[in-house]
Amino acid sequence: MVSIDGKEHHNSLVRVRNLSKLYRRGGETINVLQGLNLDVEKGEFVAFMGPSGSGKTTLLNLLGGLDTPTSGTVTVDGDEITNMSGRNLASWRARHVGFIFQMYNLIPVLTAFQNIELPLLLTKLSKAQRRQHVETALTLVGLGDRMKHYPRQLSGGQEQRVAIARAIVTDPTFLLCDEPTGDLDRKAAEEILDLLTELESNHGKTILMVTHDPLAAERADMTLHLDKGALVEAAS
Amino acid sequence: MKYLPFVFRNLFRKKTRTILTVGSIAVALFLFGLLVTIERSLNAGVDVAGVDRLIVRNKISLIMPLPLAYQERLRQIDHVSEATYASWFGAIYQEPKNFFPQFAIDTETYRTVFPEFEISEEEWQAFLADQAGAVVGRVTAERFGWEVGDRIPLQGTFLSGTWEFNLRAIYEGSRPGDDESQFWFHAKFLDESRNWGKGTVGWYTVKIDDADHAVAVSKAVDERFGNSAYETSTETEQAFAAGFAKQIGNIRMLILSIGAVVLFTLLLVTGNTMAMAVRERVPELGVLKTLGFGDRTVLFLVLAESLVIATFGGALGVLLAKLFTLGGDPTGGFLPVFYLSTGEMIFGIVIAIVVGLVAGSIPALTAMNLRIVDALRRV
Repeated sequence: MVSIDGKEHHNSLVRVRNLSKLYRRGGETINVLQGLNLDVEKGEFVAFMGPSGSGKTTLLNLLGGLDTPTSGTVTVDGDEITNMSGRNLASWRARHVGFIFQMYNLIPVLTAFQNIELPLLLTKLSKAQRRQHVETALTLVGLGDRMKHYPRQLSGGQEQRVAIARAIVTDPTFLLCDEPTGDLDRKAAEEILDLLTELESNHGKTILMVTHDPLAAERADMTLHLDKGALVEAAS
Repeated sequence: MKYLPFVFRNLFRKKTRTILTVGSIAVALFLFGLLVTIERSLNAGVDVAGVDRLIVRNKISLIMPLPLAYQERLRQIDHVSEATYASWFGAIYQEPKNFFPQFAIDTETYRTVFPEFEISEEEWQAFLADQAGAVVGRVTAERFGWEVGDRIPLQGTFLSGTWEFNLRAIYEGSRPGDDESQFWFHAKFLDESRNWGKGTVGWYTVKIDDADHAVAVSKAVDERFGNSAYETSTETEQAFAAGFAKQIGNIRMLILSIGAVVLFTLLLVTGNTMAMAVRERVPELGVLKTLGFGDRTVLFLVLAESLVIATFGGALGVLLAKLFTLGGDPTGGFLPVFYLSTGEMIFGIVIAIVVGLVAGSIPALTAMNLRIVDALRRV
């Protein structure tokens, strides 16, 4: 169950309390997020919508430990990440978070296989074990025959599949998706959304997705709107 | 090691730039190798000069002779274990450019004072038995294709006429850096064949029993011959060789200056390459950090690239310099000890590695301190 009321929920995988983020631009202070609360249980698929500049990506960055809040806490699976050192946060990200970006963000000089293998280089897995994990992830996203292809040799949809494989190859606690279909045509977008839905329903993945696309948001268990720095429940 | 393929992939992202940078480093280290070789060659005498040997020369000038009779008087001075002599000959072989040092030596004592020159006993005996015999160093023998048994005609300069010698032996130095370009023949042969200067020698080399007595013996020698018609100036062989090298100028300073300029240029070239490489890859570095690569790992990855470029370029340059020096003295005799030692090769590569580290450090620190959200914003 997804909740934004800030009350205690014992089964929360992700728990956000009084999260605020201020930016100073010139002499002006911008309150991007203001006292935001959120609880997400394991295996849920949540979509965040809102106009440009409403703080969707900022929220995602804070949930993924890419940025630090001005105040408030983010706790994931019992770990409060808001107080972690940079070093601990990096290793926490490697273990717990799978990121999927709008522009795929693959490394152009690496093949699909090598791109997916990247997060595994941070583990103690042997080369053979890494290979096995990468092949499993590639098969799961339907690109088992493209492992030696470079990003430039793949279509946008295929690139995003590789990015999803890279995000899930370490079996992270949750996936953070920032406009995963924003750069794709409708057909490719649908395929990516099918894949995300499958990851949630068949593999129990917890997915938090920022999107502008109402059709994409429809795939989520719940859609939350960000409005003036606060979360508002939209639909379920 | 598991990051190495990733480092290499990044290096070949801009092949032309990487190749040009490696090439710049290789050229610089090739130049470094040559400078070191030239410097070593010019100072070869200083480096291998015996600390327990003194050079006794005419106080007025090296070109002024000393009496042959001094040999016995030198032997009588305390702590002198042997005294040998030699005279400069200065002839040419076929053409003036074929320069190499020729000495008329005292065959009875020369090898005792200079044990570092190795000659087979059989060849040495053949030399002693032949009044017109000669011994030549390996380098000069190879240079002119001479073999034992050859007849060598030399054209005299200050002693006119053609002087013919029978090559009886070829010597080799026992240490790297020993001069293997000399040509020796019997002092008696010179004395009997010339019309002037009979009974004189060019200089003496005195072997002392302990290097600690060098100053005292030098003083004793010069006092012994003071107020005579042939006053002497005595100094250690090392000081003598250094003074000789200084006549060409302060080579070491010159080489250090050129080397410093080359290294500074290298720093700029490598630093610029790495700075560009990091600037172009800011979003990717952000992605790496997002995936969980720590700041130090990112620092290491950038430094590793810089190090690979510098080490590869450095090794290539040093190797090319080594290959060049294997061809021997390119000046036709002015640099008789022309080789690049393994130690100097390693030193060159170490310099390249240090350059790689320093040049890569600023871009690497920039990459390390990059904030993820700022980096991703540049996608």
